[in-house]
Amino acid sequence: MIKKYGIKQLSIFLENRKGRLLEVTKALKDAAINIRALALAESAEFGILRLVVNNPEKAKSVLSSAGFTLREQDVFAVDVPDEPGSFYNVVKVLADADINIDYTYAFVGGSSKAVLIFKFPSQMLESALDVLNKAGIQLVEPMFFYD
Amino acid sequence: MWNQIEGAPREELEKLQLKRLQDTVQRVYHLVPFYKKKFDELGIRPEDVKSLEDLQRLPFTTKQDLRDHYPFGLFTVPLDQVVRIHSSSGTTGKPTVVGYTRHDMDVWIEVMARSMSMVGVGPQDVVHNAYGYGLFTGGLGFHYGAEKVGAAVVPSSGGFTKRQLLLMKDFGATILCSTPSFALHMAEVGKDEGYDLKKDFKIRAGFFGAEPASEGLRQALRDEWGLIYIEAYGLSEIIGPGVAAGCPHGHLHVFEDHFIPEVIDTETGEVLPDGKEGELVFTTVTKQALPIIRYRTKDITVLHREPCKCGRTLTVMESVKGRADDMLIVNGVNVFPSQVEHVLTKVEGVTPNYVIVLDKKGVLDKLEVWVEVDDRTFADGIGALEQLKAKLQQEMLNDLYINVRIKLVEPKTLERSMGKAKRIIDKREAEGLQK
Repeated sequence: MIKKYGIKQLSIFLENRKGRLLEVTKALKDAAINIRALALAESAEFGILRLVVNNPEKAKSVLSSAGFTLREQDVFAVDVPDEPGSFYNVVKVLADADINIDYTYAFVGGSSKAVLIFKFPSQMLESALDVLNKAGIQLVEPMFFYD
Repeated sequence: MWNQIEGAPREELEKLQLKRLQDTVQRVYHLVPFYKKKFDELGIRPEDVKSLEDLQRLPFTTKQDLRDHYPFGLFTVPLDQVVRIHSSSGTTGKPTVVGYTRHDMDVWIEVMARSMSMVGVGPQDVVHNAYGYGLFTGGLGFHYGAEKVGAAVVPSSGGFTKRQLLLMKDFGATILCSTPSFALHMAEVGKDEGYDLKKDFKIRAGFFGAEPASEGLRQALRDEWGLIYIEAYGLSEIIGPGVAAGCPHGHLHVFEDHFIPEVIDTETGEVLPDGKEGELVFTTVTKQALPIIRYRTKDITVLHREPCKCGRTLTVMESVKGRADDMLIVNGVNVFPSQVEHVLTKVEGVTPNYVIVLDKKGVLDKLEVWVEVDDRTFADGIGALEQLKAKLQQEMLNDLYINVRIKLVEPKTLERSMGKAKRIIDKREAEGLQK
């Protein structure tokens, strides 16, 4: 399941200085890479930009050669109805099973659907996917994001 | 061993030193007005030097003295006997100028050949020399030494890292001469270029000098390149590189039949016994063009005089901990940049590339260390990075007894040195608050 549903996310270390976000996005634009989902975590001095893109391999090589520090790792996405309580339902399933969430972000995936992205601690990954599956929550395959 | 004197009994060595010291004192007293005046003021005649202990009575010479006599005021020979002139960059004032007669060149080549012989460099070797060629003594010093022992020298000088890597690989270089920071930079670039450093290169030993390097940085170079780390110590005022060289047992031997070392208390100028840390002072005893009496190097070190396993009886100096000039005083605590570097090499997650930024916050000094996140171990999490910062701050407090603020910066963003690394930005001076 981990293999089937693992989505390659790129995390990029960014110093908080003027123009740095512009440089990342320009590098991606110039390489014609489409950002499918993103989240930015920040502290006072630096941030981590997390991206799911349509072509992770290409994005990785473009950003590496532009001198960005990045790391690729697996995140997981689920499909939920775009309505009140959907996020609650998923989080509850996980909380009831004592599964920690490293971080999560979301986007509206169409007229009636929303997509939630989760990063789980690696030692809890298997059980996380298992409880989601048993609760009938639909995991999204990577093909949804990639070209 | 290149020369038997390196392993001679101490009495024999000291007899030679005394004879040479007496000659040098006569020479400077009668040929350089600056020295005559200084000796006369202290009431010392050249004949008063009857033992090596009498060296302690002689006056010191400083970098400022060299500057004050710019360019040739301390030379003992007319220019027609000078065959080489080198000069410092003079970034902090007038440049300092040094000259060599043919005899001085022979001394320099001799001590460089001795350095090279520490790991048996010879005709079978290809020496890649990435020290800067030009007014700086590093490039030409190593060049002549490597030629003397019969090696093939590649005079690549600094810069053009990618091309240097290509030449090192294609020419099968076995010996690397460079600053430690440049060797680390080459390793980084080499890996980015897709080289397997240990497989694609044949570097078996490296001669590293011109800037202090922490044990962590040394180990990083040994690990990356798979080489024997040989320390090269020198300064142009004394002769250039070749004042002392590391043996394979890791002991830095001073070629004291040419350059007599002493360690003094920086404040009082008193000579300290072996084993005590202080400022290193050298007296040249074979140089002609620019002999120097008790030159204050500002380098902080410790001397030891026990015979080494390598067979040399020459005095051992510990690796320079820092220049007295580089020593930072942060809220009253002495800090050397090399100590900061050492902490960084102990903690996983950052590279040994750093810049120290000193500033004032009210009346207190504020010390920041900017350090690069290691892209091989970059953890995707604000929490993990904050923990890394906290850990570094804690280690700095444990080792250096000061509060340091760590700032994590992107890898490869700090200025890379092609020669000596610029590690310190002192904003306190700019505002005229200290010194």
